Amino acid sequence: MPTMNIIQAVNDALRLEMRRDPDVVVLGEDVGKFGGVFRATQGLQDEFGADRVMDTPLAEGGIVGTAVGMALYGLRPVPEIQFADFIFPAFDQIVNEVAKYRYRSGGQYACPMVIRTPYGGGIKGGHYHSQSPETHFVHTAGLKVVVPSNPYDAKGLLISAIRDPDPVLFFEPKRMYRAAKGEVPQGEYVVPIGQARVTREGRAVTLVAWGSMWHEVDQAAREAEAEGIDCEVIDLRSLQPLDTGTLVASVKKTGRAIVVHEAPRTCGFGAELAAILQERCFLHLEAPITRVTGFDTPFPYTLEMEYLPRAPRVLKAIREVVSY
Amino acid sequence: MRREHEVGAVPRRQRGNHREWEPGRFVKEFPLYRLVAEDGELVGAPDEVTLPDAEVLRLYRLMVLNRSLDERMITLQRQGRIGFYIGSIGEEATILGSAAAMAESDWIFPCYREHGAALMRGMPLVTFLCDLFGNAGDAMKGRQMPCHEAWRPGRFTSISSPISTQISHAVGAAWAARLKGDAMVALTYFGEGGTSAHDFHTGLNFAAVRKIPVVFVCRNNGWAISVPRERQTGSETIAQKAIAYGMRGERVDGNDLLAVHAATRRARERAEAGEGPTLLECVTYRVEGHSTSDDPRAYRPAELVEPWKKRDPILRMRRYLVRRGALAEAEDERIRAQVREELQRVLKEAEAFAPKPPLESLFEDVYAEPLPQLREQLAELEAAVAADPRVANPRHSDA
Ligand SMILES: Cc1ncc(C[n+]2csc(CCOP(=O)(O)OP(=O)(O)O)c2C)c(N)n1
Repeated sequence: MPTMNIIQAVNDALRLEMRRDPDVVVLGEDVGKFGGVFRATQGLQDEFGADRVMDTPLAEGGIVGTAVGMALYGLRPVPEIQFADFIFPAFDQIVNEVAKYRYRSGGQYACPMVIRTPYGGGIKGGHYHSQSPETHFVHTAGLKVVVPSNPYDAKGLLISAIRDPDPVLFFEPKRMYRAAKGEVPQGEYVVPIGQARVTREGRAVTLVAWGSMWHEVDQAAREAEAEGIDCEVIDLRSLQPLDTGTLVASVKKTGRAIVVHEAPRTCGFGAELAAILQERCFLHLEAPITRVTGFDTPFPYTLEMEYLPRAPRVLKAIREVVSY
Repeated sequence: MRREHEVGAVPRRQRGNHREWEPGRFVKEFPLYRLVAEDGELVGAPDEVTLPDAEVLRLYRLMVLNRSLDERMITLQRQGRIGFYIGSIGEEATILGSAAAMAESDWIFPCYREHGAALMRGMPLVTFLCDLFGNAGDAMKGRQMPCHEAWRPGRFTSISSPISTQISHAVGAAWAARLKGDAMVALTYFGEGGTSAHDFHTGLNFAAVRKIPVVFVCRNNGWAISVPRERQTGSETIAQKAIAYGMRGERVDGNDLLAVHAATRRARERAEAGEGPTLLECVTYRVEGHSTSDDPRAYRPAELVEPWKKRDPILRMRRYLVRRGALAEAEDERIRAQVREELQRVLKEAEAFAPKPPLESLFEDVYAEPLPQLREQLAELEAAVAADPRVANPRHSDA
């Protein structure tokens, strides 16, 4: 099996889907000759031509709005937003148009598409190249939200997303783009959207994360193990739909839960997870559900490692929750 | 002394090339295209009339239907039978003339005043009226405010409240058609207020860069709710905005059905021939309020409206047809009586539907297949309604 990083896995998924389905097209800023600023679309224009890998003018609302029209007409567009921070000019199109088209037309029209975008901090990107805006989209009915943490999932989930009849926001953890390497099967395979993965089994506490935070949590779990605390680790992979069953079963077993995300704490997705677990696991809980998150500030430049919930903060939370 | 790079200073050596601002320049550069005068006389070149009399008669009847529909529905809203209505009184020629110039296979991306085009595209009148009631016969399953229809069999897309969002959809669909090798041209509508919104700029820019086959129709009806055109844009005309994007712009008398039709047809032919998009500014007037939630007496002196009543597009076509001997007085009466009768009959039909769509429809179409939590939430709501029917009652204190 070849070893790939996340960027190569994304590229491989796009290539295979474009070969399989002539309706799959890619559009965005710099996606063509240049292959995207992170090179996720590298070589696609050479293989599929400028009519299927389309450089657009610089306007995110236009990229997504155009993709809506393309999807209505029967293409499967995969628009790229160069950085998740720049998704906000397209927010209206995503929230009011993409998400609602099927519903508001009474099911007459739909606009399936995959909006790919690199998200997250830790790359010296400052305010505007580091944000994690997933919650805005989970909160919007009609959208699916997927966040892979490793190359295998990135490829399998992206193929699923492209074939999905609903619009999918596909957040790629840019800090892990090249750092996360792993074996990825050649050829097509799918990882179903909506299934979390238990990446480590344990009885002391359930740690929940997605995207790049999974790596911090995994590291904290390994350090905790050295202290004799066996953590269960869940990589959510998909925030909407959410694999509530896996989460609830785990927390009923461990009686403790820590949710880790890099977006700010207030109204972050961790708040939703804490509410769900509180509703469904109340009688099993041995300690308060705890969040380790980014802070309620804009994303900083110099102090970004302090801002991000790294393994040591997660480890501290593990110790506190276990000894509550 | 001012240095040359200071704001406002024009460097001396550039002064010779600098074209001074001349008021009225663009009005001259974009003259109003018209074929039929207010008295119904043909004033344009006869060979530019693209519509045979029989077709003009068909559109005339549709304009009369559109007008009667608006008048009737405004009354219905005042009687509290529908919640809201947005009409197009005075703008019928812009809407029907442009839609009629497109091929059956072309797509229409409406703003919110183009019900006439939906009906022309085959949306049954009863389905449209059910949309206004939001009842069980509504194709939108009671999810949208009145006048937010969609009609897929007629390639008439879904109306959104946020202004101008449909413009880039039209570009995307036309782009997709070109990639698939189809001859489809997209037509999209917006008001002059909509030309201030970002989707207008990105849409026109995308289309011009790629020469996408789109006809952009601005219904310049002078007002965006209470804001007059000159508080909306610093441009003298809307058509001139085409220059900046690199496309053709044309100004048309929007109350002249034949001119709108001919201009749209030309734009369509150019788009189909690969010559790119066109921005058509149809100069018309909204003689009624913006919607039934609006009272124009609060901001618009009545004397502004009077001259526009004389330019009425329906009257003009009637005079045109009468002059040509294609419409007799008695025939006109018959058309109007027929339209009245049809509206009355179909209204009864629409009101006979169950007042609300079924409860489970609330949870349908959010996703292709309902997510698990949507099934749970439906069960929760059903249980709540079963336990206490007041859950579904608008006044919570009613038993
Ligand atoms: C993005 C957005 N902002 C504000 C509104 C509220 N609004 C609805 S219609 C309208 C005026 C639109 O005027 P214009 O585009 O000229 O179209 P007209 O109604 O005159 O046909 C406004 C401000 C809206 N629907 N969407």
